[in-house]
Amino acid sequence: MERFVPLGNEALAQGALDAGLSGCYGYPGTPSTEIMEAVQRSPEAAARGVHRSWCANEKTALEAALGMSYAGKRALVTMKHVGLNVAADPFMNAAITGVNGGLLVAVADDPSMHSSQNEQDSRAYGRFALIPTLEPGNQQEAYDAAAYGFELSEKYAVPVLVRLTTRLSHSRSAVARREIQPERPLKLPANPQQFVLLPAISRRYYAGLLAKQADFEAEAERSPFNRYEDGPDRRLGILACGITYNYLMEHFPDGCPHPVLKIGQYPLPRALVARLVDACERVVVLEEGAPLVEELLRGFPVETGRVHGRLDGTLPRAGELNPTLVGRALGVEVPASAYAVPEIVANRPPQLCQGCPHGDTYRALNEALDGYARGRVFSDIGCYTLGALPPYNAIQSCVDMGASITMAKGATDAGLRPAVAVIGDSTFSHSGLTGLLDVVNAGAPVKVIVLDNETTAMTGGQPSPAHGHIEQVAIGLGVPAEHVRTITPLPRQHAQNVAVIREELAYEGVSVIVARRECIETARRRRRAGA
Amino acid sequence: MKTDVVLAGVGGQGVLSIAAIIAVAAVDSGLHLKQTEVHGMSQRGGAVQSHLRMADRPIHSDLIADGTADLLISMEPMEALRYLPSLAAGGAVVTERAPLVNIPDYPPLDAVYAALEALPRVWIVDAEAIARDMRASRAANVVLLGAASPFLPVAAGALEAAIGVVFGRKGEAVVEQNIAAFRRGRAVTAAASD
Ligand SMILES: Cc1ncc(C[n+]2csc(CCOP(=O)(O)OP(=O)(O)O)c2C)c(N)n1
Ligand code: SF4
Repeated sequence: MERFVPLGNEALAQGALDAGLSGCYGYPGTPSTEIMEAVQRSPEAAARGVHRSWCANEKTALEAALGMSYAGKRALVTMKHVGLNVAADPFMNAAITGVNGGLLVAVADDPSMHSSQNEQDSRAYGRFALIPTLEPGNQQEAYDAAAYGFELSEKYAVPVLVRLTTRLSHSRSAVARREIQPERPLKLPANPQQFVLLPAISRRYYAGLLAKQADFEAEAERSPFNRYEDGPDRRLGILACGITYNYLMEHFPDGCPHPVLKIGQYPLPRALVARLVDACERVVVLEEGAPLVEELLRGFPVETGRVHGRLDGTLPRAGELNPTLVGRALGVEVPASAYAVPEIVANRPPQLCQGCPHGDTYRALNEALDGYARGRVFSDIGCYTLGALPPYNAIQSCVDMGASITMAKGATDAGLRPAVAVIGDSTFSHSGLTGLLDVVNAGAPVKVIVLDNETTAMTGGQPSPAHGHIEQVAIGLGVPAEHVRTITPLPRQHAQNVAVIREELAYEGVSVIVARRECIETARRRRRAGA
Repeated sequence: MKTDVVLAGVGGQGVLSIAAIIAVAAVDSGLHLKQTEVHGMSQRGGAVQSHLRMADRPIHSDLIADGTADLLISMEPMEALRYLPSLAAGGAVVTERAPLVNIPDYPPLDAVYAALEALPRVWIVDAEAIARDMRASRAANVVLLGAASPFLPVAAGALEAAIGVVFGRKGEAVVEQNIAAFRRGRAVTAAASD
């Protein structure tokens, strides 16, 4: 027997490849990164020449995937949940244009924010865009979701959202592969206006999308991802979405005595839901992320008191679920911890690696800012966000990718001068460039420090999109060449680096300081791969 | 039959390699398997963990419920204590003795060992020292795996074969060194656990 024990992410990737995938696009982000990495590692993908490169950001990735779909081929785009905010414009509008080749938008959510700024629930986007959404509950379903999703996408000419959560993305189990399909031939849309969203055309397409809603619901009623499992004890019924089904069944290894509706495809199958609610005295809704299904079931303003979940405290309002929480919500006996964490156990937060270039830059920046009042350093997302913590305490913001430069600009508009923006090289390419253009146009005294460790370190060392031309990009956007400086963050360069930063702080205009030294982890991996 | 294992350590200590070896051995032994990994932080030095579940019938949850783990394997003594709420009453703990002190408020070592020794079934193993003695410092994780192996539901031979699978890319010498490390570790606890 072939050994195939993939992570949920790898299962989805393999499923897509086996279903005739021609192009995978994305921008890295935990917990989604391994989808693209699995496609990149795949010998089949290499042999077939499947397109499989990271993009500058999630928006460019989704648009490229839509272009591949335009040309008639099957495309997959991957991102973490907050990436869908960046890609929301093409996402919402691709729902209106529809697709030609099958298009899957795979988004991995991160309930409990294991490594994210928030725990937004991508199913809300699926509903917002009025497109079908799949939520696999185990690794086999993650694999199967690809072929099934492509078919659904092509049958109704709409993108299909595949929602994963951290736990499934990063958990392994054995998966059976299915038949391998050939890639689709190049074939342009039958209607040359399909992708032209002029208002008059859009109105027609939108009406078409609305008309398809009944079909989407009918598909959900008969979907293999949705399943009604009857049970004799109808005092309680359980609606379990995605992976929560596993936590439920963990308590009933010999079968659940209560009726269960397992949900893995949206829009919600109304008839199946009605069957559960009609049959049972009470219904507990289990869902990772936001209480979206629960809200629908409760209705508004009528509150029947029969539906329970995150909104009435039966389950915690926020955070990832687990077998213990689910068991308590159902009133089954759950084992208690036999041993507590001893009080002596200290936290061990992640830290910059020993010798990380970012540490040297922060030491230089802190010294250069000595004498200025604190509170003027805006930053961004990446390894360097750890600069917010001791021993550095160097930065005062981390909101969304690219926000360092634009927030610094707004603060200078308000009179905080100078302001500093500290941004990683990958984040700078992802969404710093347009903000820098705003700064240049305003002539704002923003000091942009690009922490160029020549990689996207935080997510495992993927290539950095603007690698090798950050200074040129800054000059091209209109930053005066003499205020585009490059420093080498090393302890022995410390005094020079402080001097460069001080000079630029004293200048009443926009400066870009590129602090360039390779991430030592990436360098180590590269050496090992080369060795 | 069902065995739930929590693996713990600090980023960079090779916790996920141990998980991968056990996972391969379990699947090749015909067991059902679920294994969660903690990914995402490239930086070294933070706490990491993995849940491994093996059974002779299908497994539902990817996560191990509190108070139900049969075995806790930790590459670091204080990290072992962090995951005690997962452990079932009377569950076994196999932990590295050497601390990894990369935080200013690391507790007194005596207190760490005392808390560990208060548990009913604990093996504190000098895995790092053994690996160093073998001139194979990087194989400390596999020494610890060897020490934990008598408590796993897979045969030693299956684990050794899995070491070959997981380290195969790195060449014959690395595989052999790790198999030797595994055997040294297993010898530490084999007698005690019979
Ligand atoms: C919109 C969005 N996409 C992706 C991520 C995940 N993510 C966080 S930081 C980061 C990249 C960081 O790279 P870089 O800016 O070069 O900093 P480094 O980690 O290398 O220091 C990524 C991809 C995110 N938080 N938000
Ligand atoms: S992974 Fe690289 S960038 Fe991140 S902390 Fe380590 S050395 Fe610094």
